Amino acid sequence: MTLKHKDLQQIAAAEEQRQQGFQHRIHVCQAAGCLSCGSREVQESLEQVVADRELEQEVQVKGVGCLGLCSAGPLVAVASADRLYQGCAPTDAGSIVDGLTSTAKTDADGAGTLPFFSKQHKIVLENCGSIDPERIEEYIAAEGYAALYTVLREMTPAEVIEEITRAGLRGRGGAGYPTGLKWSTVAKALRQTRYVICNADEGDPGAFMDRSVLESDPHRVLEGIAIAAYALGAAQGFIYVRAEYPLAVKRLRKAIAQAERLGILGKNICNSGFSFDLQLRLGAGAFVCGEETALIASIEGLPGKPRPRPPYPAESGLKGCPTLINNVETFANIAPIIRRGSDWFAAIGTEKSKGTKVFALAGRVCRTGLIEVPMGTSLTEIVFEIGGGIPDQGRFKAVQTGGPSGGCIPEQYLHMGVDYESLAQVGSIMGSGGMIVMDQSSCMVDVARFFMEFCMSESCGKCVPCRVGTTQLHALLSKITQGRATPGDLATMEELCDLVKNTSLCGLGQTAANPVLSTLRYFRDEYRAHIDNQRCPAHHCSMATTRERP
Amino acid sequence: MNHSPASRNSQENTPPPRILTLQIDGQDLSGRADETILEIARQNKIHIPTLCRLDGLSGHGGCRLCLVEISGQNRPVPACLTYPQEGMVISTASQRLQDYRRKILELLFSERNHVCAVCVSNGHCELQELAVELGLSHVRYEYLHPRLEVDGSHARFIRDPNRCVLCLRCVRVCAEVEGAHTWDVMGRGISSRVITDLNQAWGSSQSCTACGKCVQVCPTGALSEKGTSVAEMIKHRHFLPQLLAMRTNRRE
Amino acid sequence: MNKARIATTWLDGCSGCHMSLLDIDERLVELAEQIELVYSPLVDTLDFPEAVDIALVEGAVGNEDDLKKLQLIRKQSRLLVALGDCAVTANVPAMRNAFKLEEVLRHVYTATASSQLQLPKEEVPPLRDRVRPLHAYVEVDLFLPGCPPPSEAIFFLLSELLAGRIPDLSAKSRFGA
Repeated sequence: MTLKHKDLQQIAAAEEQRQQGFQHRIHVCQAAGCLSCGSREVQESLEQVVADRELEQEVQVKGVGCLGLCSAGPLVAVASADRLYQGCAPTDAGSIVDGLTSTAKTDADGAGTLPFFSKQHKIVLENCGSIDPERIEEYIAAEGYAALYTVLREMTPAEVIEEITRAGLRGRGGAGYPTGLKWSTVAKALRQTRYVICNADEGDPGAFMDRSVLESDPHRVLEGIAIAAYALGAAQGFIYVRAEYPLAVKRLRKAIAQAERLGILGKNICNSGFSFDLQLRLGAGAFVCGEETALIASIEGLPGKPRPRPPYPAESGLKGCPTLINNVETFANIAPIIRRGSDWFAAIGTEKSKGTKVFALAGRVCRTGLIEVPMGTSLTEIVFEIGGGIPDQGRFKAVQTGGPSGGCIPEQYLHMGVDYESLAQVGSIMGSGGMIVMDQSSCMVDVARFFMEFCMSESCGKCVPCRVGTTQLHALLSKITQGRATPGDLATMEELCDLVKNTSLCGLGQTAANPVLSTLRYFRDEYRAHIDNQRCPAHHCSMATTRERP
Repeated sequence: MNHSPASRNSQENTPPPRILTLQIDGQDLSGRADETILEIARQNKIHIPTLCRLDGLSGHGGCRLCLVEISGQNRPVPACLTYPQEGMVISTASQRLQDYRRKILELLFSERNHVCAVCVSNGHCELQELAVELGLSHVRYEYLHPRLEVDGSHARFIRDPNRCVLCLRCVRVCAEVEGAHTWDVMGRGISSRVITDLNQAWGSSQSCTACGKCVQVCPTGALSEKGTSVAEMIKHRHFLPQLLAMRTNRRE
Repeated sequence: MNKARIATTWLDGCSGCHMSLLDIDERLVELAEQIELVYSPLVDTLDFPEAVDIALVEGAVGNEDDLKKLQLIRKQSRLLVALGDCAVTANVPAMRNAFKLEEVLRHVYTATASSQLQLPKEEVPPLRDRVRPLHAYVEVDLFLPGCPPPSEAIFFLLSELLAGRIPDLSAKSRFGA
């Protein structure tokens, strides 16, 4: 079928009418975090109570994507009354429904004014927690696919790229490469067969931004990919998502099927003459497959191992054709930029880093969860206002950003606004958005050891410095945490860090030493204490052993 | 295994490769745009150490010994897979590169059980020769001493993973030249293992043609002929360029 | 002229490096004029003497005794030379490192022995978990790999040292040679 603008409007109007028909709207978080602590049962119980009281016409109970405050799940929001119930059990259903008609104030009231929410600025997550991710109608009612329609009917591919370039959007996968520039490079390539790939192989420990977006608002990502495909003249695209995200996979499958049914994906989209076929590819969970050349090899059916760049995928990617690879969050920013204009987007954030960034706030912080803040928001605001500070009267020690490729940022930089440049300046990276807060109970050597263990077991094994270097670094770090290291080991370790960083084949190895280098930079004393005095200042490492080998 | 960038000559309507001028170690040279820096260096008698590289097989880029520095780029690049650009200034033997190469070699020696004294390839081993060439007198990293089983199930050959450096020449020659694809890699990172078929004993491999190409291209004693004792395994690598030349001639 | 005080010893090795040392043959006489062999398996001295100029150590560190000896040698010698692959890489003795110590002992002393099936307990130094090269424990000044290093290389090493030069050994021997 051919979708026309008025069809979209009709779907939106019908959906709005449907929503308006309810006096009360109860949203139950059905993203992975809340699901894991029983939110499905909470929703079923709510539905049961509503049915028992014959309130189906007045009260809507619906499953939504991530409500953000993951530490307090299962979460139930009364969207019609700015109320957020935390830590719900199925037995709370009765009182939640009672509360709908009561005027008495509860603890759940005024959720919107909690700093956790009021400090945030949602673009990527604007629909998260408010729409049902499994219904395309709700996405369309929230202005969904309007941008794609505009692009197809009113803009040339060059204009689309220009708009994205002017917005100043940079890749959200980690390195912050300007998205507009990447798109224009692919668009300029000589070969006519081009591909668009969405990198949804999120794998940093503690990071769940992409998963939440895919689980909560999959159509937004589809729309961004389709717009990119139009801008580059790509007829085929792939979403490479890890199989460990079954819910995201399920919702993506459903979303693609829904979009195809409406003619938003497929042949002659919206009668524009543009056709685009989008498929899912599941990764088997190798971290290195998030590296773009390894990802391409994996889609091609080869072992997921990287190859040296250049040539970059923009020139020679999937099947040797020009290929655009962007991350989930990057694509999720595209539709709002087209809808509201590049000027609007460019006004948010800092001079060199525009827009917002989604972070998965985790670790020793009172309120963990999924947050979205303008670029340039200070770490203090993120950790102490949004995150509510350190629990149990703990003392802030460092925040780790950028996962295994990133670094630890100490207290003295808390005032710093978070953007690509500032993080790089203090020895870390933006990365994909993992943010792990640590207090005095964290041993920084052990943190470095943890990330090195991760890199060691995720190294593909193709190049020697990464394969053996990470193993040797891990052995040295273990030696330090066990109190068996000598000052010479520290020197060997630093020199190995330099080797692995400069001679590894791909980004995994080239950044694997970052957690060590950044902790050495700010917490060298802790290393020294382990080595010189066999003492762990955080009282974390057990130093009892003096055996020769663990 | 070969997913190197699509062969540069197969692209539609590619004009003949350009001739570029570049500088390697202070020498002004010319080279074709479709030749790697390693090839150009070799044509000009500039020696760059290599291990995984073998003429006649696709590039791999895994051993990192052929890293060279390009002026203006901080990170060294593998000469075996990097193509020149007009005016490129390349250095192949700086102190930094020599240090890196030696350390990479140290890592390789520490990874498996390279007991040269009792190895069939002692005296005819590329890893051993590299240690001499790069002046490696000892290994400062802790030896990992993994426990690996020798596979003697094949009628004619022996696979000893203790000596393997994961250069994957065997995998490439088997897939690209013999066309059998008996060899592949299992696992990842430090647990990577070169295996036959689906990790079955070599002797029971259904795909192996027993041609022995893998044995001849193996740079160390990881693959050897049965019946050879210490220092007796001498590899004959010249078969590969000869075979490939014969094939090319037949085609033309 | 004062003669250089030279000590040689073997730890966990096969004594092959010492054989290679003896293979220097008639030039040993030449060397003897410049050196005083203060400690060696080839002489009678029981205790490692003080103020040694050059100590040649063959073999890896495989048991507690090796380690104690090595530490004493390091303390009392000006230059410590790791002589041969066992000292430099731990070589053949380290082939047991892929196995658990207990497994090794059981295999050698009970599974494959034909008489007196028991693990040694007294009068032998306890084995360490892993066999490691000298530099894993002490600072080593010069490394001469080889199994054994050619006598030519040992002669070169000694004559250079005696001439007051630190020799460049890189082209003289190799692992396994």
